[in-house]
Amino acid sequence: MPIVVEKLSYTYMQNTANAHTALDDISFTVGDSEFIGLIGHTGSGKSTLIQQLNGLMQPTSGRVLVDGYDMNDKKQRAKGRALIGMAFQYPDYQLFDSTVFADVSFGPRNMKLDEAEVKRLAAEALELVGLDPAEMMEKSPFELSGGQKRRAALAGIIAMRPKYLVLDEPMAGLDPGGRRDVLELIARLRAELGCAVIMVSHSMDDIARSAERIIVLNNGRIRMIGTPEQVFADTAELTEIGLDVPKPMQLAAMLKQRGAAVPDGLYTEESFIEWLGRAVKHA
Amino acid sequence: MLNDITLGQYLPGNSAVHRLDPRTKILLMIAYIVAIFLVEKMPAFIIIAAFILAVTLTARIPLNYLLKALKPLRFILPLMFLFNLLLVRKGNLLVDWWIIKIYDEGIKNAFFIVLRLSTLVVGTSLLTLTTTPIALTDGLEKLMAPLKLIKFPVHELAMMMTIALRFIPTLIEEADKIQKAQLARGADFESGNVIKRAKAMLPVLIPLIVNSFRHAGELAMAMESRCYHGGEGRTRMRVLKLQWGDLAAALITGALIAAILLSQRFLF
Ligand SMILES: Nc1ncnc2c1ncn2[C@@H]1O[C@H](COP(=O)(O)OP(=O)(O)OP(=O)(O)O)[C@@H](O)[C@H]1O
Ligand SMILES: [Mg+2]
Repeated sequence: MPIVVEKLSYTYMQNTANAHTALDDISFTVGDSEFIGLIGHTGSGKSTLIQQLNGLMQPTSGRVLVDGYDMNDKKQRAKGRALIGMAFQYPDYQLFDSTVFADVSFGPRNMKLDEAEVKRLAAEALELVGLDPAEMMEKSPFELSGGQKRRAALAGIIAMRPKYLVLDEPMAGLDPGGRRDVLELIARLRAELGCAVIMVSHSMDDIARSAERIIVLNNGRIRMIGTPEQVFADTAELTEIGLDVPKPMQLAAMLKQRGAAVPDGLYTEESFIEWLGRAVKHA
Repeated sequence: MLNDITLGQYLPGNSAVHRLDPRTKILLMIAYIVAIFLVEKMPAFIIIAAFILAVTLTARIPLNYLLKALKPLRFILPLMFLFNLLLVRKGNLLVDWWIIKIYDEGIKNAFFIVLRLSTLVVGTSLLTLTTTPIALTDGLEKLMAPLKLIKFPVHELAMMMTIALRFIPTLIEEADKIQKAQLARGADFESGNVIKRAKAMLPVLIPLIVNSFRHAGELAMAMESRCYHGGEGRTRMRVLKLQWGDLAAALITGALIAAILLSQRFLF
């Protein structure tokens, strides 16, 4: 059963002079093991929206159902929350324990599993993100590099075996190599654990590469929703709300202007390079 | 969760009261406190009340803010009132019923203490309502400057206060984010006894403390790389300068004290 978001609205500081409607009548569903990209201008409500998904914030109106559990209901919320793994933008907000291993165990331990099971899940999660479990038994999370911290934080979340992985700008502040690593890591986690992914990102290229479906938020409303082909086809609309199209598409548009016969829908680097190879051979 | 905390109570504005030099305001507040303690006869509180009202209106502060200032005293005031009413055993006995004995001096004392405390708190809250915390520390630094002669670290103290004030909203925001991150990992802050709950706060407190040390380190580095070297020879972006308004305010407060003293002598 999927995540269902129904007519969700949220107002910050309701009933005060500073009231601000951050989300307005949002509805969509997330299918099993689907990869959803969430994009939108700064302040469009992305972070607000994903915090509603696991009930960290309750909607002003509307509701979220996670596998049928109503996140507005206090009892059902705990069950729904256990299905969702949520990674915040900065790992520094999460890491706290004396060793990385203990930190990763925090989630499974909160699930009241027995000690052997906790250890097994933590070790597996560390393995999955590419950190050595034995080494992490001694290492303090505060000794890790930025990229390693992010991996450790991700491990802390996937150790809980979530059915849905919610990621708020997981690549922020990483260099291009680090971005690619994390993106590949997410794809691998999804393949191995079979979880759905909902990822917020400011990089259209990252979204174009990974997402099966894209939700475009603008001023707290859903402006577009569809496959990357559908969403990126409408360059004018994206530009209007202050977003880009992926770089290969920008390049394709420039080539078209110069009279080259470039097909539509080349929104990833790979597809663009493949087309270019064929075009050059024929020329 | 933590968003409801509002810090400081400064109400932005541009009134004559807002524009006064913070040094003047601090000194006049001290004078005001002295004035309150000079009051010996009940009717003199009318003069104080008129003064508070005049300042509030000039500063364009909604009157209900004065009541809000009294909120922290909502338990202590009635308690003080009762203690004085029941325990003072002087003057004429008015009520004598069971173990309760009320004297006229007791009634007088009870009202007196309540009036004195509330005027004290309401009056001083006018200072924080009309002055930014930064201006206040600036003013304090200037006023305490003579203490430098005895090697008291005035500038350092003021800088520490300024930095602390600057970081309070940042820390609240961070605490909120950390709390959410741990909730998402199944942390439970709400059940169990006191010890269990205190322990449950550790996953929030540790990142918060680690992050504040990081902020402190980064800030120190940023300040040093911009050649900060303490108060010695440092000039200010906003130089405090006394204006005519400061003189006027001083005269008005002086008049308040004079009015209290004279009226107690000749009128009441
Ligand atoms: N705690 C808060 N109190 C009041 N308003 C808030 C709060 N948090 C966010 N907002 C407002 O809600 C709106 C949506 O914010 P949100 O953080 O969801 O945006 P976002 O799409 O995640 O932006 P970004 O890309 O910069 O992360 C913004 O206009 C913001 O100013
Ligand atoms: Mg955000």
